[in-house]
Amino acid sequence: MAVGHPLDPYLRTDRIPTMWCPGCGLGVVLGTLLRAIDRRIKEGLLKREHIAFVGGIGCTARMTLYPLFDSAHVIHGRAIPFALAVKVVKPEMKMIVVGGDGDIAAIGGNHILHAIRRNADILVVMVNNMIYGMTGGQLAPTTPRGLYTTTTPYGNPEKEINMVKLAAALGANYVARGSITHPHLLEQVFYKALVKQGLAFIEVLSTCPEIFGRHIGLRNPVDLYTELKKRVVVKTKPSVDESDYDWEKGFVIGEFVEKDEPGYIEIYRKYISKAFGGGEE
Amino acid sequence: MRYEYLTGNIAIAEASITAGLKFYAGYPITPTSDIFEYLAKELPKHGGHVIQFEDEIASINAVIGASWACAKSMTATSGPGFSLMLEALSLAVITETPLVVAYVMRTGPSTGVPTRSGQYDVLQSTYGFHGGLVIPVLAPSTPQEAYDLTIRAFNISEMLRTPVVLLSDAVIAHTYGKVAIRERSEVDLIDRTKPSVPPDAYKPYDPVNGLVPPMACFGEGYNVLVESLTHDERGYYAPRTDVQRRLMWRLYKKIVENSGKLFDYSSTYLDDCDYALVSYGSTALTANVAAKLLREKGYRACSVKLKTLFPVYEDGIVNLLRGVKKVFVVENNLGLYYRELRGVIRDKEVVSVPLIDLDVPLPQEVVEVIKEWL
Repeated sequence: MAVGHPLDPYLRTDRIPTMWCPGCGLGVVLGTLLRAIDRRIKEGLLKREHIAFVGGIGCTARMTLYPLFDSAHVIHGRAIPFALAVKVVKPEMKMIVVGGDGDIAAIGGNHILHAIRRNADILVVMVNNMIYGMTGGQLAPTTPRGLYTTTTPYGNPEKEINMVKLAAALGANYVARGSITHPHLLEQVFYKALVKQGLAFIEVLSTCPEIFGRHIGLRNPVDLYTELKKRVVVKTKPSVDESDYDWEKGFVIGEFVEKDEPGYIEIYRKYISKAFGGGEE
Repeated sequence: MRYEYLTGNIAIAEASITAGLKFYAGYPITPTSDIFEYLAKELPKHGGHVIQFEDEIASINAVIGASWACAKSMTATSGPGFSLMLEALSLAVITETPLVVAYVMRTGPSTGVPTRSGQYDVLQSTYGFHGGLVIPVLAPSTPQEAYDLTIRAFNISEMLRTPVVLLSDAVIAHTYGKVAIRERSEVDLIDRTKPSVPPDAYKPYDPVNGLVPPMACFGEGYNVLVESLTHDERGYYAPRTDVQRRLMWRLYKKIVENSGKLFDYSSTYLDDCDYALVSYGSTALTANVAAKLLREKGYRACSVKLKTLFPVYEDGIVNLLRGVKKVFVVENNLGLYYRELRGVIRDKEVVSVPLIDLDVPLPQEVVEVIKEWL
């Protein structure tokens, strides 16, 4: 008889082990996220039947395959409109979008941009491993300039995108960056974001030793983990300007924005009920 | 029931409300935007939601999401927008998501003539998405048919858990006609089958004894899985030939084995006909008059208007045209649906009458072409 894991009640245990490579940071992301959800459920602030995961395509989006909630594993880049529609129809839902940097910042860039502008009531978790992992190591918009990828074999000439800055500029209620090298801090930002109205955007720095690490000479998972951890700077209230990163300079993690503006659903419902005298909802 | 004088587009919008539409997502595009604008004003009065998204891709993906939240959902678009929606339609097919896309064709390719008509996208409407399956396509030719077929499109989508395309065009979109608007109690409405088992026994892609699985929604405690990967009955990814075969054949059969149920047409003079002018959509108006003109000239012509274009009901079409000598397929494109009919009708000559006209082609033009073949 195998010994159960405390998070088993939240998992489709018949699908474990996951498809992720040894040394991948995604297990830490899922673990910390489920712990945060567990705490919020026990506090009575979330109901498990009202929690849903939505992911597009990529290693991170596959996270939707494992939690025992309503889940959608949809098409590349399009998790956000799916999630927002569910939220509009059923405002009691807590919609959690999980996606990689390719899924959210590249192909899904238009949707994240407008979801933030709307302050849509979604928790977006963008796991940033700075590479296209599932497809074998191609350039991501988050790849730091100068690094090798299979589609920039002479070095990446492009500037990396800073999604924290974008989310802050467009008015998200909550913007944080965490790292799988700091799981307790990561759990804490998830815990906070889970009860935020409006858009909560969390970027999670993660390790992909098999693809990203291998190509920059850090194939051993421990080496890549150690190198990332060395570059992570924890700050309690960093300014948005401190969020720019590169591989040499390192990565500031922390809570960049925390506001409590009304979310999209609240404003939308206010307009409708004003038009119809609070009636026919 | 009440009568109103409506355009095809507004008839679609009115019918969707009757059918129980609860979520509309869209992006402005000529010649469909008035469906969107009308619903934006009217649907909230019926407890529904209308949202303008950042593009057609977001719109169709939102429609899929809303459908999984139990809301009857729709979007409307034209060629450029439908092209953007194709990837998500493939998702709707494999996840068996009920939804309706009102596809109002305009002149193409590319930007073409946005305000004018054509039937160039008839094959794209069902074959456009990747994966080699069939989406039901219904084609109205008048505002009344636009109304009736919209309700039918919702019913088919719910009954078979499938996306359905309502294929209109720029002529029907803005042509006025008398439309009988029915109350919800006056029409037969079909809703998706809900699971009859408790959540822990529920499998979202298990058709139980039929071909269409019962559908639970988000937020009901069923731990639903919406899965774009090849999946087994539980919704678990299963990259195996046996699972792929089972899934493909079921998705195919649930549409094609219902071809007879889905088939709809109307005809004139078919009982006494040697030369059948088969058409659909706005071109059916042309074919109808052309058949009359040919009869005036002494030819035993008739017109057959197909209201269901896909799935192609082979037996039904063969049977319908069994008494005629020659079939002419009249359409406002280079002869696209002709290929479908030529594949089905093998015991007589099938002739393509391809017309390219920014508006409704003139009946005289059809007569001129057909006379060469009589």
